[in-house]
Amino acid sequence: MRINCPYCGARCLEEFTYRGDATVKRPESIDESARDAWVDYVYLRDNPAGLHKELWHHGAGCHSWLEVTRNTVTHEIVAVELAAKGR
Amino acid sequence: MTIMRYSLASLITNALTGNRNWKPVWREPEPKSSYDVVIVGGGGHGLSTAHYLAKEHGITNVAVIEKSYIGSGNVGRNTTIVRSNYLLPGNEPFYEWSMKLWEGLEQDINYNAMVSQRGVLNVFHSDGQRDAFVRRGNAMRFYGADAELLDKEQVRALVPFVDFDNARFPVRGGLFQPRGGTVRHDAVAWGYARSADSRGVDIIQNCAATGFRIENGRIVGVETEKGFIGAKKVALCVAGSSSRVAQMAGLRLPIEAHVLQAFVTEGIKPLLDTVITFGAGHFYCSQSDKGGLVFGGDIDGYNTYAQRGNLPVVEDVAEGGMALIPAIGRLRILRSWGGLLDMSMDGSPIIDKTPVDGLYFNGGWCYGGFKATPASGWCYAHLIATGEPHPYAAAYRFDRFGSGRVIDEKGMGAQPNLH
Repeated sequence: MRINCPYCGARCLEEFTYRGDATVKRPESIDESARDAWVDYVYLRDNPAGLHKELWHHGAGCHSWLEVTRNTVTHEIVAVELAAKGR
Repeated sequence: MTIMRYSLASLITNALTGNRNWKPVWREPEPKSSYDVVIVGGGGHGLSTAHYLAKEHGITNVAVIEKSYIGSGNVGRNTTIVRSNYLLPGNEPFYEWSMKLWEGLEQDINYNAMVSQRGVLNVFHSDGQRDAFVRRGNAMRFYGADAELLDKEQVRALVPFVDFDNARFPVRGGLFQPRGGTVRHDAVAWGYARSADSRGVDIIQNCAATGFRIENGRIVGVETEKGFIGAKKVALCVAGSSSRVAQMAGLRLPIEAHVLQAFVTEGIKPLLDTVITFGAGHFYCSQSDKGGLVFGGDIDGYNTYAQRGNLPVVEDVAEGGMALIPAIGRLRILRSWGGLLDMSMDGSPIIDKTPVDGLYFNGGWCYGGFKATPASGWCYAHLIATGEPHPYAAAYRFDRFGSGRVIDEKGMGAQPNLH
């Protein structure tokens, strides 16, 4: 697998660190009432067989956090964006 | 159904008659319309569950449905190592029970699984690591397992060819579990299948589950490629594919699917008569009976269902091998392959009920499922038969994540690729 970093171009896997599912959302509230939402956020994953949005850190490159859309069955990478897009 | 028991006499008789009279060792039945229990997944754990359900609990109206053929998944892809060298109270009694079941397995199922207690040696390279291994060894002995702390010269007597004077990672000693070792993994699947079948369990191959029928919060059966099969209880046992199967029942799990690669070299004369692990990187190795060195290392570390990995981990494993056993560099790798893993959020497994009545779950075995095969089946059968968790698996519950009682051997937190 090679990841096409928006800043650095196509780079080998060794340069990146994997952080996992990019779609989980950190709950806004830290109330006890948000407990289940926190358990969901920290522990539960869709873990799809197919397209998966995931976070990679280009630690041996530009240090960007990337949101990569990759097929978990074929390893084909269909999109790479900056994780900070729109934030 | 009567079963042909293996004995010296039966081996000689069949040898003298040209091995023409051996019979298939399990039937290939069509599914009945319903069962008391349907086990989804005919791997090692599913088959051992069926065996212990029948033998220990007298529940024989059972089907094991398998999407491919028996032994086609992880039970035939692992590196065959068995051990019970865990640290935490939630784990060690379970794995030690598994070790004890391995020791009596061949007599229990009358099948030669080539259980070889050749020992498992974890070498250490620093004072801090020695302290950690002393602690682990004491925890093992506390729960009745065996553990011996070896100094450098004792390690040298076992494995004279390792790189003791490596400039970066000199070998200072090791933690040795003499009762650990290897088991022929295919024979485990076959032996459990034969035993379960002989007690009336239907093993239905090439029959993938395609959905679950749930009425008023209760499971009533499984949709399969061979039609609907009714069931009072359904037991999932599909580690590696847990999320995608459980999803059909509306469940979302604390699991990511990952791949672990393994390798085997060309066959050589006897070199390594124990299992050895490197302490400074992730590398473990044993020698198969055919003579090949079987080894592996870390998981690749990203979600995948591809059953194959990438080159960075191949390189990492090779580097670990060269650092520990420089002679390995002279050998050619014959094959490499990958197996899918349920990496759970704390690195420990789950054997539990689910929110759906009558639907049970067994998974999350990370890269350590093979050694757990007997105890996993034993404890899962207990849960299915009695509705109560077995004491040895009482910590392997879904609610441990929400309650904070996680079993995190490595202390890495909820990051599956770090376990």
